Amino acid sequence: MTALVEWDDVTKVFGSGHVQVDALSHVSLQALRGELVAVMGPSGSGKSTMLSVAGGLDRPTSGRVVVDGEDLSTMGAAELALVRRRRVGYVFQQLNLIDGLTAEENISLPLELDGMSGRRARSAARTTLALVEMRDLAGRFPEELSGGEQQRVAIARAVVGDRALLLADEPTGALDSSTGEAVLRLLRAQCDRGACVILVTHDARLAGWADRVVFLRDGRIVDQTGPRSGPEVLLREPARR
Amino acid sequence: MSIAMSVLAILEEGPTYGLRLKNAFEDRTAQMWPLNVGQVYSTLRRLERDGLVHGLEEGPEARKRYEITPAGRDALRSWFDTPTRMLPPARDELVLKLVMAVDRDGVHLAEVIQAERRGAVETLQELTLMKRDGSADSDLGWALLLDSLIFQTEARVRWLDDSEARLARHLSAGTAARAHRPVPEAEEVRR
Repeated sequence: MTALVEWDDVTKVFGSGHVQVDALSHVSLQALRGELVAVMGPSGSGKSTMLSVAGGLDRPTSGRVVVDGEDLSTMGAAELALVRRRRVGYVFQQLNLIDGLTAEENISLPLELDGMSGRRARSAARTTLALVEMRDLAGRFPEELSGGEQQRVAIARAVVGDRALLLADEPTGALDSSTGEAVLRLLRAQCDRGACVILVTHDARLAGWADRVVFLRDGRIVDQTGPRSGPEVLLREPARR
Repeated sequence: MSIAMSVLAILEEGPTYGLRLKNAFEDRTAQMWPLNVGQVYSTLRRLERDGLVHGLEEGPEARKRYEITPAGRDALRSWFDTPTRMLPPARDELVLKLVMAVDRDGVHLAEVIQAERRGAVETLQELTLMKRDGSADSDLGWALLLDSLIFQTEARVRWLDDSEARLARHLSAGTAARAHRPVPEAEEVRR
């Protein structure tokens, strides 16, 4: 398995002098294709900064970020924008769907703006909506969809075009427990098709869906979960009635 | 109490004997709380003494089967209708460990907390893996049990997070108190 994203000795400093904040301090981590890595930590521990440097939204003060074999730190603005549009998908708590566009258009419009023909973009949007079981609601506007359905559209928009890296920041937000679980199942399904998902959360129940959980404190990785091993009792096959 | 009532619940579905009861209990709880046969028979004897079940004599060769009595059905109804008592709480090893670690030389409370948090998150990964295989979707009892374990483990992580924040406040309050206290040694020296 090869690393899809790598933080290589990444430091990110905001401000300077007395108001200097080290958001990330010498962070090194690799996440693989097909892997779901959760990053846990309290507010201000640097979780979201890890995502923004991986997505090319922010540049590290020092160190390198490599996505799908390409070093983001050596890229110019235009090149970086291309990586952001084509390789990286974002799922945030704020869904940022455009009210005046249907579910399908919310997904196809960015593809068209990126140069894809209208027909191909709409077809890609419909295929992706089917992945999140939203094909029948493709023509609805965001206000005609429930919170969970809107979140599905946001995920479809993040994964359309087989983006290799998905960055999710508290993606289940205010969703109820079962809808939140459905979102995690969708993210896992993206790992199964070879994408790498980085999930930032303070919610241990969400982190439980990850292959690996990394603990961040004051901008440093202080710990991570090891290979799967649970209490003896849990390793036994549950008896079925 | 909970074993006796679970035994009554299984017997309400029809008379059966000890080994079958043990297997039925373990199947429904996904082997999470194994019982030994001796435990089941001593529970049945107690229930019989209290008139909640009675044994069916079915000849010398047959194993003794047990049947729930009307009083047993009443006791079972009352169990379902009465909220489960949470207090006094059962002893909890994790809580005891943290309490005992406070101010102990050679033990770093923050490290104990992080090790426990990692362990709890690993348990959540295990439990979620069971959920992901879909077997809980078709078995409501197993789904309830699994969710209960997931929520309890999540609660532990939240408590550990809170304990860590409390520890940090405690340490900074201690540092602040020391900073404001006059330093007696220095006074002594000046005199």
